[in-house]
Amino acid sequence: MVLYTDKTMKPSPALEISGLSLSIGGKEILKNVSFDVRQGAFLSIIGPNGAGKTTLLRCVMGMISSWTGDVRVGGQSVGSYRRRNLARLVSYVPQSDEMLFPFTGRELVLMGRYPHLSPFSRIADKDRRIVDHILQTTGTASLADRDIRTLSGGERQKIHIAGALAQEAGIMLLDEPTTFLDPCHTDEILSILTDLNEKGVTIVMITHDVNHAVHYGTSVTALNDGSVVFNGSSGDLMNNNVLKSVYGKNFILVRHPVSGKVMALPGQEQS
Amino acid sequence: MTGVRQAGIVIALFFLSVVVLLVMPLIGMKLTPLQAVLDPAGSGMEGDIFWRIRIPRVLAAWLAGAGLAGAGMAFQALFRNSLATPFTLGVASGAALGAALSIRFGIALSFAGISSTPLWAFAGAAASILLVYGITRVRRGMNTPTMLLAGVAVSFFFSSLNLFTQYLSDFTHTFRIIRWLMGGVQVAGYRSILEMLPLVAIGLGITLWLTRELDILTTGEEMATGRGVDVVRTRNLLFFGASLMVGGVVAVCGPIGFVGLMIPHICRLLVGPGHRYLAPASILAGGTFLTLCDTFARTILAPAEIPVGVITALLGGPFFLILLLKEK
Repeated sequence: MVLYTDKTMKPSPALEISGLSLSIGGKEILKNVSFDVRQGAFLSIIGPNGAGKTTLLRCVMGMISSWTGDVRVGGQSVGSYRRRNLARLVSYVPQSDEMLFPFTGRELVLMGRYPHLSPFSRIADKDRRIVDHILQTTGTASLADRDIRTLSGGERQKIHIAGALAQEAGIMLLDEPTTFLDPCHTDEILSILTDLNEKGVTIVMITHDVNHAVHYGTSVTALNDGSVVFNGSSGDLMNNNVLKSVYGKNFILVRHPVSGKVMALPGQEQS
Repeated sequence: MTGVRQAGIVIALFFLSVVVLLVMPLIGMKLTPLQAVLDPAGSGMEGDIFWRIRIPRVLAAWLAGAGLAGAGMAFQALFRNSLATPFTLGVASGAALGAALSIRFGIALSFAGISSTPLWAFAGAAASILLVYGITRVRRGMNTPTMLLAGVAVSFFFSSLNLFTQYLSDFTHTFRIIRWLMGGVQVAGYRSILEMLPLVAIGLGITLWLTRELDILTTGEEMATGRGVDVVRTRNLLFFGASLMVGGVVAVCGPIGFVGLMIPHICRLLVGPGHRYLAPASILAGGTFLTLCDTFARTILAPAEIPVGVITALLGGPFFLILLLKEK
């Protein structure tokens, strides 16, 4: 069962951002940001703290509305969608708030079916089957009946990703899904995302780890101070000048002794 | 299948409500004999007391309890805080100020047959909500911490004005203001119920309509937006509904504390956090609880009456502390 690809969609980019600018209180947060995310891409958004990465996703999701420019999903401007309809095309995994009420993992994932339910319809067997399937494929079946508040950060993140999947949207946006997680859970989350990407889901992920951006993603967009400073394939990012322009800091590029992949390590202040 | 147990509890609470509504009016200083109930014309006083005093009073208590519990539950989901109450936004102090002014200055203004003090109390409640709402809106967007802080500030401000009004009042007026502040459901006939009913019904209707959205809102605003919930519209509707309920109840019964805090919390333990069952359970349990409290209040020291707000607060205070200590 391939749930996530929409064959009827034109080969136009999944997500087009053009000339997106935002000022809050006279301060420019985003400056004329433009880039496309092609269908089936795994794009990482990197950049230093305060570069505007999260704000960018919030603009795309319509949580901030005072921006100018154009954001299109499936060729259609995001503002023209009803919220519920947009949620069938784009899912979003924010940096999660603390959970206060004792919902179970399954209940939380079921909430992802919201955009597919009309106010009059009840949760049907079909919805439960979809959720069960997602719990299996994301390795969260063992968390299904547990109180969400008792889960570890990594387990909760997996549940949130599973919830986003229940929306059956072709595009998934994630805000730092692996920050604060141990290496083990980080790998697990990233391999879930890679898996989804192979099934056709377009992934856009904010990350602070340059190496994750390169090794898991197909392309990278880098923001610095509200502007796009790099937009290209992940291979091209591994260049000292590029990395310096993004972070204002030198990196040392080394080969991983086992895998042979190029890795960026924070350099000493000399050069 | 999940939900069977929860549905059972909701049905049980429904029947409990029915039983309480049928039995409590019979209880008072004297038990009303059934014959007097069935033949009010022929039995004189007893039938009269039953139909004209006890029935409206029990109905008022049930409605007030249901409204307060429903509003408390909605506010807890909206503020993502299980300690939020229907009075978190300063509604109680706004209403109290309105009531105090009308008592002190005898502002006799009635509208569509609604008597003066409830009308002023409702105006006060509405003013505090609009004020808090306005302050929050000025501060770009609607964020919950701003709203809570604005609520606290407005609440203190109105409370000070209320104290000032009391200071300027004579003994009788002050006593009546304080008595109003204690809360009570000793309504005069069916008119008060008709004043309260539409507001509570609209509020409860909105709350019951939006149970799925309430669930998702508890996971946070960003998450809810991502799931496809129109957060601003949903939140506005829920605020509107909950405010109507609280305004209506407070106008008629005064600020009855702790029902809106305790009942949703207990119901969450009974049926879980999902609002599909939590909402009807809270409404039914809230009605039952306040009806029982009021029966207790009017019988335990009969012929004297303890204000029901005192009873709920006496039960609620310790409950609140236990809650506070149990939540890490």
